[in-house]
Amino acid sequence: MLDIRGVTKSYGTREVLTDVSFTVGDGRMTGFVGANGAGKTTTMRIILGVLSPDTGTVLIDGTPVTANDRRRFGYMPEERGLYPKMKVAEQLVYLARLHGLSPASARRNTDDLLERLGLGARAGDTVESLSLGNQQRAQIAAALVHDPEFLVLDEPFSGLDPLAVEVVMSVLAGYAAQGTPVLFSSHQLDIVERLCDDLVIIADGEIRANGSREALREQHSSPRFEIRTAGDTGWIRSEPGITVIDFDGDFAVFEAETDAASQAVLHHAITLGAVHTFSQQRPSLATIFKEVIA
Amino acid sequence: MSTTRPVHTAPTFAQSVWLVSNREITARLRSKSFLIATGILLLISVASVIVGSLVSQNESLTKVAVVGTAISVVEQTEAFDIVESDTVTDAEALVRDGTVDAAVVPSDSADSLLGITVIALDSAPIDVLGTLSVSPDVKILEPASQDGFLAYLVAIGFGIIFLMSATTFGATIAQSVVEEKQTRIVEILMSTISVRALLAGKVLGNSLMAFGQIVSIGLLVSIGLAVTGQRVLLADVGPAIVWFAVFFAFGFVLLAALYAATASMVSRQEDVGSATSPVLFLVMIPYFMVVFFNDNPLVLAIMSYVPFSAPVGMPVRIFLGDAEWWEPVLSLIVLALSTMVVILIGSRIYSNALLRMGARVSLREALHK
Repeated sequence: MLDIRGVTKSYGTREVLTDVSFTVGDGRMTGFVGANGAGKTTTMRIILGVLSPDTGTVLIDGTPVTANDRRRFGYMPEERGLYPKMKVAEQLVYLARLHGLSPASARRNTDDLLERLGLGARAGDTVESLSLGNQQRAQIAAALVHDPEFLVLDEPFSGLDPLAVEVVMSVLAGYAAQGTPVLFSSHQLDIVERLCDDLVIIADGEIRANGSREALREQHSSPRFEIRTAGDTGWIRSEPGITVIDFDGDFAVFEAETDAASQAVLHHAITLGAVHTFSQQRPSLATIFKEVIA
Repeated sequence: MSTTRPVHTAPTFAQSVWLVSNREITARLRSKSFLIATGILLLISVASVIVGSLVSQNESLTKVAVVGTAISVVEQTEAFDIVESDTVTDAEALVRDGTVDAAVVPSDSADSLLGITVIALDSAPIDVLGTLSVSPDVKILEPASQDGFLAYLVAIGFGIIFLMSATTFGATIAQSVVEEKQTRIVEILMSTISVRALLAGKVLGNSLMAFGQIVSIGLLVSIGLAVTGQRVLLADVGPAIVWFAVFFAFGFVLLAALYAATASMVSRQEDVGSATSPVLFLVMIPYFMVVFFNDNPLVLAIMSYVPFSAPVGMPVRIFLGDAEWWEPVLSLIVLALSTMVVILIGSRIYSNALLRMGARVSLREALHK
């Protein structure tokens, strides 16, 4: 478990992070969302020890992270980069060895990973000769080649074609399934929505929302419900505590003053005939995001 | 979950440094331009030894025409290529058509001291006259241990090799620092190993390469001198070459740290030149000093203790026999200490400037964070 506690950071007189605290749980895919300049990259750099915070700490399972622990992190910086004139496989082996792998396991991991990311045929090419998308895959490989126990990925999906997005999503999900805490930032809210278990929203250097995706949705849900039944739904207008927003024969959208009122509608509907759908309208991540940072 | 995986022990500082320096060396050895430049430098060193030996062997004797009894005087000197002529007229003809530089004929006048007359075309032939003249006895109080011209050549040789190696590898290390910064891989590296290990690895890798180059040049020159039969020269230059290599090893580490630190303040290859120019200036100073002041013992003595110029100044003094045995040791200590100080300051600049992209980082910012 990765704990960020009370982290504050200023550049000169400009405070870029104010008392940032959140947790990345074991096996939790945690989406880190915020506008440009909100402080995502600075936070990630502090987690990796590339920058040091003015105050606050980063903890692993309750103890402050040391330089040695950081070798167990897989990091993909926002600013992408590998040695352009070095061969892909060689470069990955080098990075794995810097993280402490033996030459043999460094080579084995490199081969496995390149295969999984569909770069096997490019292992002997220099990075500069790869297409942009393949360079991006190589970059992801660089973050994963040493079997990291924590993943911190700054915009891992930017620049990837849809196919590569799927590949990378499944690789990351695989890590999370093994119990690895994964923190990733993205501007592509639809991907975050599909992928993340937990969500951290940052704006102007402050954490504005933080929690499981479902809890956040719950929290930001409007009391609006949709219902589709076999018969006409006009009767809902006369239910107590209910305001109908939209109505179209067998379909209606309504707001309920209380949970009990909405449940009463469902009960009533069932007594009248088949109910095809009944659901609370869930806000999309984009909606929550706009609400939270406003 | 960490139990299901092999636990990777973090490499030690030394291991990280070694990995980084290995990469630097491999990258250098793969670069064609580096291999070609090194080849040319080695070729020039060997060529200079061979050419030097050829020139010294082919020193041709001055040709003189000799008539009659004058031959006994001329032969004594063993300094001339003699062409015998029957008459003075014949000899004069040879002088006129340039076959000989001068003619030596029996003197007409009875009170001539040497009994010979030298005939030349348009001016008195100094070398012929010098050889045939009678000189007073000469007593030299403090004989110079080395011939002045040779000393000049050796001094310039050290100067050039230092300048070339230091600038070549200095520029290489500067480019490699900026390459990492420009391609942004530096952030991955910084998140993996300490900035000091990264700097130390770069300095070590490039210093090893530079040192290897210096040692190869030293060996090639020594072998060249031995093979071409200039053993006397080898015995004279040998110790100076060894000291040069030792001083170079420390001196280059100092320069490499400076190159790395100054280069880290910029983000683009185009700016490397201007950022590192102060260091280049420091490297050029010993070269020009040694060219202009190689016969000035005071300047050489100062040079041999100033860290930047000691790698050139001290070996030259050792070659000239001017240095006491303890002087190179003391100078080496001064150099080693200043190298340590420079590395400390350099690594501070380096770690503060590495993540600053875009505009050039000012020295003050880099030092104070």
